[in-house]
Amino acid sequence: MSLFLIVLLPFAGALLPGLLIRAGRNVCAATTGAVTATALLGLIVNAPAVMRGQSLTARLDWLPALGLNANFHLDGLGLLFAGLILGIGLLIILYARFYLSREDPMGRFYTFLLLFQGAMVGIVLSDNILLLLVFWELTSLSSFLLIGYWSHLPESRQGARMALTVTGTGGLAMIAGMLILGNLADSYDLSVILTRKETIQASSLYPLALVLILAGCFTKSAQFPFHFWLPHAMAAPTPVSAYLHSATMVKAGLFLMARLWPVLSGTPEWFYIVATTGLVTMVLGALIALFKDDLKALLAFSTVSHLGLITMLLGFGTKGAAVAAVFHIINHASFKAALFMTAGIIDHETHTRDAQRLGGLRRLMPVTFAIATITALSMAGLPFLNGFLSKEMMLEEAAHTAWLGNPWLVPALATAGALLSVAYSLRYLVHVFLGPERDDYPTRPHDPGFGMWAAPALLVVPVIVIGIYPAVAEALVNTTATAVIGQDPHVHLKIWHGLTPALFLSVVAVAGGALLLSVQRPLARLWDSTPRPEAKTMFDAAIAGLAGLGNRVTDGLHNGAITRYAAIFMVTVVAVGWHAYGGGALGAETRALSQISPVAWIGWAVLVIATLGLIRYHRNRLRALVLMGVIGLIVSISFNYLSAPDLALTQLSVEVVTIILLLLALNFLPEITPPETPPLRRMRDMTIAAAAGLGAGGLIYLLMTRDFVFGTISDFHLTRSYKGGGGDNVVNVILVDFRGYDTFGEITVLGIAAIVIYAVTEALLDSPVRRRLLHRQPGHALAGDAHPMMMVIGTRVLMPIALMVAAYIFLRGHNQPGGGFIAGLVASIALVMQYMASGFAWASERQRYPYHGIIAAGVLLATATGVGSWLADRPFLTSNFGYFRIPPLKEFELATAMGFDAGVFLVVVGAVMLALESISRMARRQDNEVSPYPMDIDPARETTPAKET
Amino acid sequence: MELLVASAIGLLTAAGVYMVLRLRTFPVILGLSLLSYAVNLFLFATGRLAINLPPVLKSHSNIDPAGYTDPLPQALVLTAIVISFGMTAVIVMVSISACLASDTDRIDLTPAPGAEAEAGEDQPEDRR
Repeated sequence: MSLFLIVLLPFAGALLPGLLIRAGRNVCAATTGAVTATALLGLIVNAPAVMRGQSLTARLDWLPALGLNANFHLDGLGLLFAGLILGIGLLIILYARFYLSREDPMGRFYTFLLLFQGAMVGIVLSDNILLLLVFWELTSLSSFLLIGYWSHLPESRQGARMALTVTGTGGLAMIAGMLILGNLADSYDLSVILTRKETIQASSLYPLALVLILAGCFTKSAQFPFHFWLPHAMAAPTPVSAYLHSATMVKAGLFLMARLWPVLSGTPEWFYIVATTGLVTMVLGALIALFKDDLKALLAFSTVSHLGLITMLLGFGTKGAAVAAVFHIINHASFKAALFMTAGIIDHETHTRDAQRLGGLRRLMPVTFAIATITALSMAGLPFLNGFLSKEMMLEEAAHTAWLGNPWLVPALATAGALLSVAYSLRYLVHVFLGPERDDYPTRPHDPGFGMWAAPALLVVPVIVIGIYPAVAEALVNTTATAVIGQDPHVHLKIWHGLTPALFLSVVAVAGGALLLSVQRPLARLWDSTPRPEAKTMFDAAIAGLAGLGNRVTDGLHNGAITRYAAIFMVTVVAVGWHAYGGGALGAETRALSQISPVAWIGWAVLVIATLGLIRYHRNRLRALVLMGVIGLIVSISFNYLSAPDLALTQLSVEVVTIILLLLALNFLPEITPPETPPLRRMRDMTIAAAAGLGAGGLIYLLMTRDFVFGTISDFHLTRSYKGGGGDNVVNVILVDFRGYDTFGEITVLGIAAIVIYAVTEALLDSPVRRRLLHRQPGHALAGDAHPMMMVIGTRVLMPIALMVAAYIFLRGHNQPGGGFIAGLVASIALVMQYMASGFAWASERQRYPYHGIIAAGVLLATATGVGSWLADRPFLTSNFGYFRIPPLKEFELATAMGFDAGVFLVVVGAVMLALESISRMARRQDNEVSPYPMDIDPARETTPAKET
Repeated sequence: MELLVASAIGLLTAAGVYMVLRLRTFPVILGLSLLSYAVNLFLFATGRLAINLPPVLKSHSNIDPAGYTDPLPQALVLTAIVISFGMTAVIVMVSISACLASDTDRIDLTPAPGAEAEAGEDQPEDRR
């Protein structure tokens, strides 16, 4: 089966459980199992080739220029991990079917589980480190969902958040580390990176990359000092704990260390960071495990300890140690998953997992006892069980390792770890199963049904088989180790190695462990009375501190008024601009200043006076608006003067609708701005404003007096406008043809803006504000003649003329100044005049099409024009044109771009009208009856309608 | 001419920034409009100034780009003008709603204008 399919199957299958739970829990579990089994089968099909030493790849280049490829490959290491993930996953699915109660939403559980499974398989099969990072983050997210599955429990939520915070932070560090690594190796493909050991280790960035990547691995694999999240994650349902914390998620860090072992290991940095962390974690985890009463916490810390052991072995950097690490990964996954499941069974059947309240279960739960005994003794490392073999190999390696020249430190601590491991493993048996039967169990315990103990029982098989005939695992260990160390180690696994130092240390560990257990209870009292740093308190304090810092920064910047951050923003922009100006080189002036005509002086003077007047008199809002109109007018005239007739027309017509809009707004807003800023603050604002003004003015002056540094693409547009777009008006051709896609986006934005306004109006009119609006009293007397005859007649006469002008401007747009934008604005003004003359209600009663419809029609028309070019096998929005002649007319041009421009026209009309209409709709008052007449006083009419009071 | 345009852009920017820093919605809207004039003129002027050279082709052969002003900034500014109308309309709508719902057109979070608010309103950093 293709590697893509193996990775994709769990993701695709994740959709099924959520749907099929309606068909019942068995169907749901069976489907989930079938998905995993299919993926596992696909893996097994590929296994023989990998075992022969081949490595399979599947490539999909996505963005090769950026090194972003969806490449997968399968070698021994990937095979082992994918096998563990899918195999144990299958057992977990079976176990969870019987573990979850009727109240638990099982479909959701299986969906999360498959998502997680897919992400894990993705990690171990990725051949691209960027792809690997994506899957890495996906495991953090999906494990968050799994750990927080019982979201009604606070511990569950807190544990999930802590796991996400810790592993997510490590993941961020790792992203940086991986990017450095990819840069050093000049490729993001793992297969290439693995061949660049010398280049990478010679670089001065190697230590930084190493630390960042290890931060990701250590947080994920719960290594000291990041080990604290793992026990808190035990708030999850036991199947999750068994899956995430025995076989998969916490092994992801180990996987990555093993994966990158060929390039990163072998240096003193690697040895001292990785081996030391592993050693400390192993001993510390085992010590804490010994004193935990909660069975799952005990197992969690024992997991921390065993992960430390594997990390330490990888850290040694020797080939023998790497082989031992690989072997222990297999062994640990089998016995720890089974142990977690037995803890879950005990919890499920007795309703407690507190070792203090248990004991004497061996006769009540014989099957569970048998499974727990075998797996716990394997964890303790007793002979004829698989844990023994890898522990021996570990002690053997440790015995030959010196730390800072000290030959006994590592062996002694490793033995201490093994000793503690024996103690807590035996404790799991002695304090839970042995001893007298009690009569105060929360419920009467008994063995669960077959479905629940089948999965752990299956896991016992490899524990015993490998323990007795280690040769069966040889092929797998050799293949996997080959992938890690780059050559076949040809190890022969056997139980009896002779009287080696490791055997001696092992004996010490077992004897010492048993001895230690006998004094566990008094020691536990001592342990409980000693003050220790509590990780959760520290974590919570750190999070609270960070959140507080975040709040202070945010509150400092965002105090609810735009003023503060607008000021900060402005000062920053000016400072950055000044810095850039100071840092760059300024070319010589190459353009002569152009002549200033008297007209230009006059326009400039009017603009300056109007602007200064606006600042001075802006408190009177109506006056400010008039001055705004003057400024807008001068701006449009300057566009015209400076050879931009299209801009002048657009600015002029936009100016009209903007002023109408702001006048409408003043209907609802206070008419004056009260003075409320003290002079000092005004001075400050003026300083900021002056700095910004000087910056903008100075920059554009420097720009205008120099020629382009690089060639411009404008010449292309000028020379191609007629031949390519069939138009003389280059600006219009750019809008509807060369850059048609941009315009398409812009009209869409415009339409959305209008619909937003409409939506806000609707929401407002549905709220209590509506009452207030209806009963609003105008601030001053309204004109007695609201709809004067002169105006009504004038606008009626103007309407067809204005619409004709719009049509004219539209049609000539391709070759002369004009086009859809301007025509749309002119047409809207013609319509708005009718609203102004005869009132909103009268006009809207005569409206035939809703403005949303017009906007939609415009966007659709533009789209259709664009799509039309597909029929001619051209890209979206390629225009075509031709010349036609219909007698008696002269020859004229038709371009498909005209359809697009018509879409622009419709959107502009619809958007402008919808915006203005929405705002004026709010102005309707309760007493505002709709007059049947266009004007209040009509001499042709006998009676006049009752006037409003 | 360049000096006039540059000083006009500078003045409009300064006026816009000053108005944006006011404490009521309406001046802020005016300030944003002034800023959009300034920005549109700025973008337009990056094509350099030319008089009586509109980018409308006079003949279809031997097109000399030097005979026309730069059409590209014009096309950019044209859509920018229309879009800025749309955005102004949205801000106007939002500020009208805010004013109607809270009975004040202040832009900070003061619940209602009153004696208490008067005292502290120029030091918004003192309030949450």
